[in-house]
Amino acid sequence: MNLKFDSPLFEVIRDEKKCIKCKTCVLECSNKVHSYDEKKDIFKADDMKCVNCHRCVALCPTKALIIKKYPLEFRENAVWTESAIKEIFKQSQSGGVLLSSMGNPNPSPIYWDKMLLNASQVTNPSIDPLREPIETKVMIGRKPEKLEFASNGKLITKMPPQVTLNVPVMFAAMSYGAISPNAHEALARAAEELGICYNTGEGGLNKDFYKYRKNTVVQVASGRFGVHKEYLNAGVAIEIKIGQGAKPGIGGHLPGRKVCEDVSTTRMIPVGSDAISPALHHDIYSIEDLRQLIYSLKEVTHYEKPVFVKIAAVHNAAAISSGALRAGADAIVVDGFRGGTGAAPTRVRDNVGIPIELALASIDQRLREEGIRNQGSLLISGSIRNSADIVKAIALGADAVCIGTAALIALGCHMCRTCVTGKCNWGIATQDLELVKRLEPDVMYKRLVNLVSAWNHEIQEMLGGMGMNAVDSLRGNRLMLRGIDLNQKELEILGIKYAGE
Amino acid sequence: MLKEGELRIPSGCAISGIIDKKGNRFSGGEIIKSIALMHERSNGLGGGFAAYGIYPQYKELYAFHIFYDSLSVKTQVEDFLTKHFEIESAGNIPTKSVPNIKDQPLIWRYFVSPRIYMSKEEIIDEDEFTSRCVIKINKEYIGAYVFSSGKNMGTFKGVGYPEDIGEFFMLDRYEAYMWTAHGRFPTNTPGWWGGSHPFTMLNWSVVHNGEISSYDANRRFVEMFGYRCTLQTDTEVITYLFDLLVRKHKMPMDKAIKVVASPFWDNIERENKKTQNELKSIRAVYANALINGPFSIILGCQKGMVALNDRIKLRSMVAAEKGDRTYVASEESAIKIICDNPDRIWSPKGGEAIIALLECENK
Repeated sequence: MNLKFDSPLFEVIRDEKKCIKCKTCVLECSNKVHSYDEKKDIFKADDMKCVNCHRCVALCPTKALIIKKYPLEFRENAVWTESAIKEIFKQSQSGGVLLSSMGNPNPSPIYWDKMLLNASQVTNPSIDPLREPIETKVMIGRKPEKLEFASNGKLITKMPPQVTLNVPVMFAAMSYGAISPNAHEALARAAEELGICYNTGEGGLNKDFYKYRKNTVVQVASGRFGVHKEYLNAGVAIEIKIGQGAKPGIGGHLPGRKVCEDVSTTRMIPVGSDAISPALHHDIYSIEDLRQLIYSLKEVTHYEKPVFVKIAAVHNAAAISSGALRAGADAIVVDGFRGGTGAAPTRVRDNVGIPIELALASIDQRLREEGIRNQGSLLISGSIRNSADIVKAIALGADAVCIGTAALIALGCHMCRTCVTGKCNWGIATQDLELVKRLEPDVMYKRLVNLVSAWNHEIQEMLGGMGMNAVDSLRGNRLMLRGIDLNQKELEILGIKYAGE
Repeated sequence: MLKEGELRIPSGCAISGIIDKKGNRFSGGEIIKSIALMHERSNGLGGGFAAYGIYPQYKELYAFHIFYDSLSVKTQVEDFLTKHFEIESAGNIPTKSVPNIKDQPLIWRYFVSPRIYMSKEEIIDEDEFTSRCVIKINKEYIGAYVFSSGKNMGTFKGVGYPEDIGEFFMLDRYEAYMWTAHGRFPTNTPGWWGGSHPFTMLNWSVVHNGEISSYDANRRFVEMFGYRCTLQTDTEVITYLFDLLVRKHKMPMDKAIKVVASPFWDNIERENKKTQNELKSIRAVYANALINGPFSIILGCQKGMVALNDRIKLRSMVAAEKGDRTYVASEESAIKIICDNPDRIWSPKGGEAIIALLECENK
């Protein structure tokens, strides 16, 4: 007998008094939780299938539905917790690797919340963003060590290509395939309106999207899906993806069921075939190989586009960043261990890599000690939740941040963390056309614009409060940070003082 | 209490500067009068002066002014100096007793030239060698502090009101073609003489009013190029920024000013393509060298004086011209008291530099 030990995660509760039997819940749920029995004129809910994505709750016209944590408790045990037990149930049932979606949800320290910002009082004036310009524009790319001028004052130095961001934010790499074409379109249009960039991810780029080229970063990952000369020239920068915070050291896997006609064309693989990105680039076994790839890409694009190298925040991230910068990378993108993903092996996601705050602090410090920090840009990602996180990241030393999860939440993601099923009820992490069309780019791109604009206002408020009118003056300005609830070693790595010091 | 350099002390201030562009020298009496008028802007915890052209007889030699806490550290530093420099002349700097000036350290002056073996091998030039030695003494010899190290110029400073410091050093007996002065209003201070201003490095001197909010970004930027900010003061980091830009990166002064008080992006967009390209490059490469927050500074060097406000003018600064002279001060009254009827008197815009250079070289 094949005995299943599964129990529901959530319980669907319907208030019969409020329900008007419109059946919206039945129609909306791609997981088929809700059903209507015509004979008995009752609604049923299959709790086992519910992922708590809030689609039915949000669309229920009378708010008759409530989703709760399923009230089934194991006998209390600090070691063998519910999730530890359930994971063993799952694996002993399937014999497979556990998969999870989105970033590491475990309660390890969030250093952003342990750092506090400064503000001006008396000795220097704060600057009011309603009265004075507060600049948040940044230039991403390689910088010469110095500028040289001729005796007549003319600039001699030729600047390497730069990407200008009006706000120190980019949309993180999310491939077409992992997310829907409509989600991609919303990101691209928002990036255009905001004067920032979105990132194609590793899935290539549909030709319809080439019109957003001024706001596009094209990615080259280990699978090289959809990479060709035209593609490489279709953006303002190229990102070589070495690793990703959610799954450092391993590759990716887009299940065949997500490879529809369009994804197949874009990725240049057959319809329905699994798209497997190797764990490493098979032409990069060492840092000197990375240099060759960087320069091959620069050759193809006539040295007109900066090349970024994206790595996961691992123990040796500082040395790797230094190596990558010296190998010719114009910007380093570091993704922390809380970074999101469409799917990653749970054990890898939750146990490999280090917090982005610590990685960022040590990379910035290391590059400064080597005197090369100013030569390239440093971008970070991995669960940037709000504008304060951005301000703190810049004060630690980042030029800008990339946001993935936050952008998806703006598009309607409710963090049910089941992207891997491909049944996203919000039309984000799916290729099912019926679901995809639920995400209307025309409407949703504005939510992204709103989010980033709101954050920009908040960044300006905080900058002004600290007596600065340009984000340039915040970058690496660690005196603006103080730690709370941190030990001596953590303060040392972050390079900040304790509150009250 | 921690000494300056072990913590960061914000302070407000008064500044004043005078230059005779023809290079005619005049006594320190005038600048003392000017800074004394702004008495209320200081609180008696720091004052100082920089004077250019005061040592014509030794103009080829570096003039080191050094504070010593004890005779033993003096012996150690003199050992170091003897090893690395030919000492042409040494002696204490003459002072006179002033009631409000107390607890002065030993104050010595040396005229030196670097021993040439290093520069002979073309490893580094004289200036670089000398500046490294100064940084080394200040960092490694506890109780000794080189507070002036230029040629044919000198700094005089201490704990007290600036007018008392001026009297203490008898500056009315010195003649210079350019004077700058500083009165300090620190929020707290351990009363260390080295912590007073001007701050100098080789021929650079900086007096500054304000508290820059970009301090740590600026500090970490210059430290990438080998500087060590031992005092944690704004003036120190501003001096190093100019030394880096103008001496090491050989940038023209007007471009260096665009670095530290750069135009806003919106204004850059209105420029022609060529200027746009130049300003964008400056902002991209030297983003971390932008000085932010309130400041008004007078930067002195052998060629003359540059005065500058932050780009939105969060600190007062007035300039005036009369004949060959250019005046700059925190307040108009501090100019009027020494210059009755200036030909022109105005309040420069934020980010707009006043550049007053000597019209003849090598005075």
